[in-house]
Amino acid sequence: MKDFEFHRPASIKHAVALVAGTAGAKYLAGGQSLLPVMKLDLAEPTALVSLARLPGLADIRVDGGTVAIGALCTHDQVARSADVAKAIPALAELASHIGDAQVRNRGTLGGSVAHADPAADYPAAVLGLGATIVTDRGRHPADTYFKGLFETSLADGELVTAVHFPVPKRAAYAKFAHRASKYAVVGVFVAETAAGVRVAITGAGATVFRSAAMEAALTTSMTPGALDGITVPTDDLNADAEASAEYRAHLCVVMAKRAVAALR
Amino acid sequence: MPKLTLSVNGQPRTIDCANATLLVEAIREHLGLTGTHVGCDSSQCGACTVHVDGRSVKSCTMLAVEAEGAAITTIEGLATGNDLHPMQAAFKEHHGLQCGFCTPGMVMSACDLAARNPAPSEGEVRHWLEGNLCRCTGYHNIVKAVRAGAGDMNGGK
Ligand SMILES: Cc1cc2nc3c(=O)[nH]c(=O)nc-3n(C[C@H](O)[C@H](O)[C@H](O)COP(=O)(O)OP(=O)(O)OC[C@H]3O[C@@H](n4cnc5c(N)ncnc54)[C@H](O)[C@@H]3O)c2cc1C
Ligand code: FES
Ligand code: FES
Repeated sequence: MKDFEFHRPASIKHAVALVAGTAGAKYLAGGQSLLPVMKLDLAEPTALVSLARLPGLADIRVDGGTVAIGALCTHDQVARSADVAKAIPALAELASHIGDAQVRNRGTLGGSVAHADPAADYPAAVLGLGATIVTDRGRHPADTYFKGLFETSLADGELVTAVHFPVPKRAAYAKFAHRASKYAVVGVFVAETAAGVRVAITGAGATVFRSAAMEAALTTSMTPGALDGITVPTDDLNADAEASAEYRAHLCVVMAKRAVAALR
Repeated sequence: MPKLTLSVNGQPRTIDCANATLLVEAIREHLGLTGTHVGCDSSQCGACTVHVDGRSVKSCTMLAVEAEGAAITTIEGLATGNDLHPMQAAFKEHHGLQCGFCTPGMVMSACDLAARNPAPSEGEVRHWLEGNLCRCTGYHNIVKAVRAGAGDMNGGK
């Protein structure tokens, strides 16, 4: 790993100014995505700006119909939050199956959403629930946030401060996990929301996406059987040593059925 | 080089190291505590697991500078003199190790679980240990050891 400057600012303003003012600087949250990439020399930041001391970013608040989770909340914190488990059990459940215990002790919601790994779990909940990504300078609706492989609508140096999840009527997440890393080979989040049925699929493509065909079928009948006969086009699906595009297309429907069966 | 102050196994320590130094390098190379192992160096195997302020983390996936001011516990910090920590004793008693390479990480991980859950089920132990790989034992005796050790840590013995 190349050496770099290390900063540990105590305010959001200072953190944003440090990244804006240093070419090649990056934020460091839990480091569970960034450090592995740096160890492979696939990222060589000139400076790391640690978010660890920023105040107020590790809170979970449930207000009426919204669960607001601070960007620095670890996966473990979300998995064990009684408030999250009560309001959106599917979200706590999803967090409890990210990676492993050590990864959950360090990795954060903000890091996951900013990194936008194609196989990450949180993006499925963010898009599936129609959440809002809150930053130091604005708000991004989930529907236009995930742009492509590791690509989001965040501007350079924009800091994610929280994600606001609307509480659905019912929701569930089903994942076919990579056996070693637990990343999603395919993960499907199904939600019955005030704005209708939403189905978000992660792991299958370059970034998380919604399935209009599944949403239409489940709007007619919220049963696993309603998804019989639906096929997911393989053109834009990932293919790798773990699974072919055809197998992923098959898994999309299977995982969606499992999620529907598990709705609560 | 930046100076870093932290507590390691209850002792205040100061380390001079580059910002790019991983916590595991600081522990093994700067402090000479080689009980913490490096199995994969790619965040998968958990052999490098230590506690940072009581939480299990993979020390190959954390910077030493991030531990400034923190309390680190390594495998060397568990026993009291010649008396093994209950989790170490349980691994010995239940044959929870063969070559022993994964063991320091397994024990540190297991202690974090036992501190949260005094009586973990077999399923809970297996889920918790997803991040700790063992090439020898086949895991069965590790699971037995962790369940027994958790009980002993929480007043069973
Ligand atoms: C062994 C292993 C298994 C894993 N398995 C899974 C899994 O099953 N499912 C899954 O979803 N993930 C998995 N992960 C990834 C893990 O969840 C990461 O923690 C997460 O993706 C990134 O969060 P972080 O806090 O560690 O971010 P970091 O690694 O610190 O940062 C990642 C990127 O986001 C940027 N960033 C961080 N925080 C912010 C912010 N608040 N605002 C703007 N930019 C920011 C950083 O600059 C960096 O570019 C795994 C990781 C490992 C090592
Ligand atoms: S050496 Fe750290 S996880 Fe393998
Ligand atoms: S005992 Fe040999 S790797 Fe676990």
